[in-house]
Amino acid sequence: MAEVKLHGRWYSPFPYRVIWALKLKGISYEYIEEDLSNKSPLLLQYNPVHKKIPVLVHSGKPICESMIIIEYIEEKWPQTPLLPSDPYEKAKARFWVKFVEEKAPAFWSLYRSTGEEQKKALKDSSETLKIVEEQGLGEKKFFGGDSIGIVDIAFGVIAHWFGVFEEIVEVKVLEAHAFPRLHAWKVNFEEVPVIKENLPDRDKMLDYFKKRRIESLSASQ
Amino acid sequence: MAEEVLLFSTWFSIYGRRVEMALKLKGIEYKFIEEDLTNKSPSLLKYNPVHKKVPVLVHNGKPVAESLVILEYIDETWKNHPILPKHPYERANTRFWAKFIDEKCWPAILQACWGKDQKEREKAAEELSKLLQFLENELKGKRFFGGETIGLLDIAANTIGYWLGVFEEAAGVSELLTREKFPKLFNWVNEWLSVSAIKENLPPRDKHVAFMRLNGQGFWNDYNASK
Repeated sequence: MAEVKLHGRWYSPFPYRVIWALKLKGISYEYIEEDLSNKSPLLLQYNPVHKKIPVLVHSGKPICESMIIIEYIEEKWPQTPLLPSDPYEKAKARFWVKFVEEKAPAFWSLYRSTGEEQKKALKDSSETLKIVEEQGLGEKKFFGGDSIGIVDIAFGVIAHWFGVFEEIVEVKVLEAHAFPRLHAWKVNFEEVPVIKENLPDRDKMLDYFKKRRIESLSASQ
Repeated sequence: MAEEVLLFSTWFSIYGRRVEMALKLKGIEYKFIEEDLTNKSPSLLKYNPVHKKVPVLVHNGKPVAESLVILEYIDETWKNHPILPKHPYERANTRFWAKFIDEKCWPAILQACWGKDQKEREKAAEELSKLLQFLENELKGKRFFGGETIGLLDIAANTIGYWLGVFEEAAGVSELLTREKFPKLFNWVNEWLSVSAIKENLPPRDKHVAFMRLNGQGFWNDYNASK
């Protein structure tokens, strides 16, 4: 059988997207933890352009960029589809995937910054969540409808990582009263068994990102 | 059912031109609606409420936004002259390089042309050279990125194939994509610009250069502000 390997990093949401897709489709894979401060020759060989994780390696051939990997997985293993079959619905899903890819940097900026930069990150993050709440989710339980799909997977960073960043900088943005639908989505998303059983430890993440914040702030002094 | 295809765009939109190329390659009739971006139409705001940007394709009343998303939609809806490869691995590769062009090459081009000082522009030009080298290597011995016929990646690479030259001329910076440095890419540009569906679908060059002379700095400032 062709082998599937995934190069990732335990605290990053991007390899988790791929893990969720593989698990939902029941695909066996080998996970390889990368040390990003000391990148393996293999990683540099598989992703010479960006030198980043995740990289999926299928029968020795590397695929990079988490959402591109998921589209590949979808095409190779059509069971438990993550994308709608209708081209228009597919286009809508890809639109929202691109949206979160574009807007997510503000979330990362939140935990790494202070002062004006942080204010901007907060404002941008809130605006992003507002758009998703009002125009993305609608009345649906999940972006994918009754079950999770590619957009839910892409938005996983909001479900699990954003809360950690909020806690580190002591702000509360994604609250039930402000974003009732998105908040309900977050709760439902994290209850999906494949998601629930495949998330990085929250306390460990809190520790890790707190340290990263300190390093990041002292580096910019 | 009668097909109705509308395209909301502007004459100078790089992303709108991508959509037009795909529509023309597949022989799809469409109505072009020129938007005034300083006074956006209620239709544009209705069809793209999230970004309020062009291009937006409206097919039988249903709007699709984001050029690469539109290209994939077009390919899935009109099956003639496919622009994406058949095999999943090659499709992933196409998508990877299209994303690379948009996320890496585009800002480097803007900065190389309109960075705040010569040092910043030169640094961006150096970075852009490295990026072009990746594309040079990706082309390998092929006539087009899509192989024997043009595909989605060629359409995306119009950024390098045509827009780069216009921007360099408008900004008065030296040409990066020379035959000496990037022989395969240089060759590709010539092949690319000889395809009639492409060459007949570019903005009028002089008008475009003049427009970018006035607006290039603004483009770079806007890009920076959005990051």
